[in-house]
Amino acid sequence: MKKLINSPESVVDDELHGLEAAHPDLVRVDFENHIVVRADAPVVGKVGVISGGGSGHEPMHGGFVGRGMLDAACPGAVFTSPVPDQMLAATRAVNGGAGVLHIVKNYTGDVLNFEMAAELAQAENIQVASVTMDDDVAVKDSLYTAGRRGVGATVLAEKIVGAAAAAGAPLERVANLCRKVNANARSMGMALTSCTVPAAGKPTFELGDDEMEIGIGIHGEPGRTRMKLAPAAQIAELLLLPILEDLPFRSGDTVLAFVNGMGGTPLIELYVMYNEVSRILKGKGVTIGRNLIGSYITSLEMAGCSVTLLKLDDELTQLWDAPVHTPALRWRA
Amino acid sequence: MTPDRTCVLAWLRRSAAALHEQRDYLTSLDAAIGDADHGINMDRGFTAVLDKLPTVAEADVGTILKTVGATLVSTVGGASGPLYGTAFLRAGTALAGRQELRPVDALAGFEAAYEGIVARGKAQRGEKTMLDAFGPALDALRAAIEAKQPFANALRAAADAAQAGALATTPMMATKGRASYLGQRSIGHQDPGATSLALFFQMMTDGK
Repeated sequence: MKKLINSPESVVDDELHGLEAAHPDLVRVDFENHIVVRADAPVVGKVGVISGGGSGHEPMHGGFVGRGMLDAACPGAVFTSPVPDQMLAATRAVNGGAGVLHIVKNYTGDVLNFEMAAELAQAENIQVASVTMDDDVAVKDSLYTAGRRGVGATVLAEKIVGAAAAAGAPLERVANLCRKVNANARSMGMALTSCTVPAAGKPTFELGDDEMEIGIGIHGEPGRTRMKLAPAAQIAELLLLPILEDLPFRSGDTVLAFVNGMGGTPLIELYVMYNEVSRILKGKGVTIGRNLIGSYITSLEMAGCSVTLLKLDDELTQLWDAPVHTPALRWRA
Repeated sequence: MTPDRTCVLAWLRRSAAALHEQRDYLTSLDAAIGDADHGINMDRGFTAVLDKLPTVAEADVGTILKTVGATLVSTVGGASGPLYGTAFLRAGTALAGRQELRPVDALAGFEAAYEGIVARGKAQRGEKTMLDAFGPALDALRAAIEAKQPFANALRAAADAAQAGALATTPMMATKGRASYLGQRSIGHQDPGATSLALFFQMMTDGK
């Protein structure tokens, strides 16, 4: 294992120290409770928006704490859900009296821990709403699975509901917006290489030099199929067609197209993918109204990408365009 | 001899040692069908439990188990934290104030733990989870206790059933938890949660 770390045990704390050192104007890190909190939290009268999950997906979620997005993030150990104590501490820290939204990615661990935290917060008379994100079309949503995984749409939801909360929307509306983003977004990812969890020390799975995994999760969970490596144009189709069919996205729709790097893929390749995505969408009569290209929800050093499409309307577009200033996402602020 | 809190504390210490020893094995099982952290998380949780045990050295069994549960909820993360945490919390509540455990008390504690996992995980047997080791163990324990077998024999039967139950998860298709994402590809791998669950029963029969 070759990594820029001091030790597997200290990697998350060391990263959090770095985040705080780099952005003291935006975030503070509460090391006792192991949470990243917006520097000026709680904002009185504003709905607090928090999320959390295992570490290893940076910049999500800690890099999205700041103005116009998240008020706090709860980082767990690498690829491991945080614990209810962290979520409860974050909920308290951002509660400005208007309630707190928990944005939860649909993984059994995240869901169970956030559920326990919400029960504890409500017992303290803090109003909590929870929305579970499950946009990954690689997983069949059926009685026979834990349901779709929460992936790329989480980044878009955090931006959009963060803008709504900043504009003073009440908890119910903020939560409904989050559900709306989830309902109108679909994602699918792929991997060219595995990733190595620092504490495990060896790659999570093996992938041959000429192979790729389609439908990969963000924790190195195997996906739908393993196949021979193909040109980007073909990979884009393998990712996009299931996305388009699922919602479905139709000719005449306007979307936000999010091409996300998994951590080990350079921007040159993401732009190659974006080109293929825009070509396919054009062919389908789907207009790209907004885009986001870069590594925002990653899987350590995994090479690969995911594509997320969000169907836009005026409301979502305006909230997407609203000012945001966080360590990882910033515009108009 | 009727088991008392000393036995419970010793069992927890043996379990912590076994989880530490089996850490890489449990993690490798999880790497095959999950996210490669089960052994790491359980080891972290029980290392924290070991640190906490001195604070409850004089406490009743219920308090000890509740302390273990709260510690696991606070330190394990993943799905295992809330599930094992809830199990110990519920068992602790069922055994509040007890200094000794008659076989029926132990059974009541395990039943409460089992129901806690069912409720928290919204799970049932046959879904390739820890319940597939716990369920058979509980059945065996109940049968042996109702048949008035010596408690040590009942625990032995439960441990064997848990072990068999864990092995029997291999041909199952997962329908709960992260392994369910694999569908058919989850078949052929032993469930890490069922494996760690069986280990707790195994540690009740060791060192006696």
